[in-house]
Amino acid sequence: MIGEHSSKQYDNELEAIRSKVLLMGGIVETQFLDAMTCFRIGNPERADRVMREDDAVNQLEVSLDDACSHLIVRRQPAANDLRTIMATIKVITDLERIGDEATKIARTAKALHARGAVTVNHYEMVRGIANNTSDMLHDALDAFARNDGKQALQLIAQDAVIDHEFRSIMRNLITFMMEDPRTISAALDTLWVAKAIERIGDHAKNIAEYVIYVVEGKDIRHTKTAPIPDDVPAQAE
Amino acid sequence: MNTQLSQENVVPMNGKRKTIEISGLNFFYGKTQSLTNVNLDIHEKQVTAFIGPSGCGKSTLLRTLNRMYDLYPGQRAEGSIMYRGRNILEEGQDVNMLRAKVGMVFQKPTPFPMSIYDNIAFGVRLYEDLSKGEMDERVEWALKKAALWTEVKDKLTKSGLSLSGGQQQRLCIARGVAVKPDVLLLDEPTSALDPISTSKVEELISELKQDYTIAIVTHNMQQAARCSDYTAYMYLGELVEFGETDQIFMNPARKETQDYITGRFG
Repeated sequence: MIGEHSSKQYDNELEAIRSKVLLMGGIVETQFLDAMTCFRIGNPERADRVMREDDAVNQLEVSLDDACSHLIVRRQPAANDLRTIMATIKVITDLERIGDEATKIARTAKALHARGAVTVNHYEMVRGIANNTSDMLHDALDAFARNDGKQALQLIAQDAVIDHEFRSIMRNLITFMMEDPRTISAALDTLWVAKAIERIGDHAKNIAEYVIYVVEGKDIRHTKTAPIPDDVPAQAE
Repeated sequence: MNTQLSQENVVPMNGKRKTIEISGLNFFYGKTQSLTNVNLDIHEKQVTAFIGPSGCGKSTLLRTLNRMYDLYPGQRAEGSIMYRGRNILEEGQDVNMLRAKVGMVFQKPTPFPMSIYDNIAFGVRLYEDLSKGEMDERVEWALKKAALWTEVKDKLTKSGLSLSGGQQQRLCIARGVAVKPDVLLLDEPTSALDPISTSKVEELISELKQDYTIAIVTHNMQQAARCSDYTAYMYLGELVEFGETDQIFMNPARKETQDYITGRFG
């Protein structure tokens, strides 16, 4: 277990940054869930709330970036502290993008329901990918909060499942559109939503990769180190 | 580790030669052991930094590398320090020649109470018989190497003590360089200097490593991170971890090293 710094103030500054990141994580998680609810039942107030919260997320990104620069200039962090700060700077960028994707979903959902032109069972189409992505995002934030490298490694494999689901949704939607051109408008909206969900999965995967960087000091981005799904149990042991 | 290999035929995997190979080094101040089984290679034309809390033995280790401890009774070293194919700890080594090849600069600037010119020429005269012209050239060369020439070229006859602290320290480095050593040992060379003089000395270190092997003891971890290629972390007379500086500061292998460099120590 990592001990405390000789400087209490340093510990406090790191802890303040960490809590703020987790707060930001909580907000984008709620944004995503609200956006999906809005897509399911068409609740415009909820869509507006998602969009409003995006401002709060953007503000948090700016203030966290600032807090990280201040910590670097005042403390010159090294080793695991440096890796934590480097990872934090990247995590907040991913969180902000997740917020953007959730906002996109909310906006699309609002427009889709306002038009009332729903001829495909749009929510059922993305329910699976949305649930998986929601779990993945939750677990990625959990792994970040607990510095859990093993959990992070498992999540990376999960992203491949989400990518696969997205391709399958796309094939399905194409079939609908070919069979009945009246569904094209709604199907395209659904496709945008599925794409946004898939992107959220990618961001959650990035967060998991940063957790591994913090814990093990290894940067596994763009490498073959990331396990394919079948490898996970073996590597996690 | 085969300590019998001479300097010439030891080429490590990363292609850098070893200038000094320390193995099984123990050091005693009287009955007190202050270094225990230190094993370490110092690479040619690289900067090796020694870090660690006060009393961890880093200065002691540096002082064994040119047998500076010989000047004090009751201090002795065991083990082997291979330099140019010889164990310098053995009896019968030419200590004066060793110190000419392995120069040292101390924490506090120690200019001799004589002119700037003589500060440089003094050491050279001990080992070489140069004409006036050759000596002038050597003094200018050494002062240029130490990035001091432009500041002192018009006052070479002035006392070395008239210079500022930072200039005095660079004068001492010039004095060390003037005898054309292989290795420069720097024992906290900037701890008494202001930030500008410190950055000049650090700049100088990176210039000097083109020609010399440098070992530096520093309390300033950021200085070790800025200047060195390799870093050794020592604690209670033992070498805890040794590796490339980037690795030590980004991802140290030992928890003790991580605790020290992140300020979780003590």
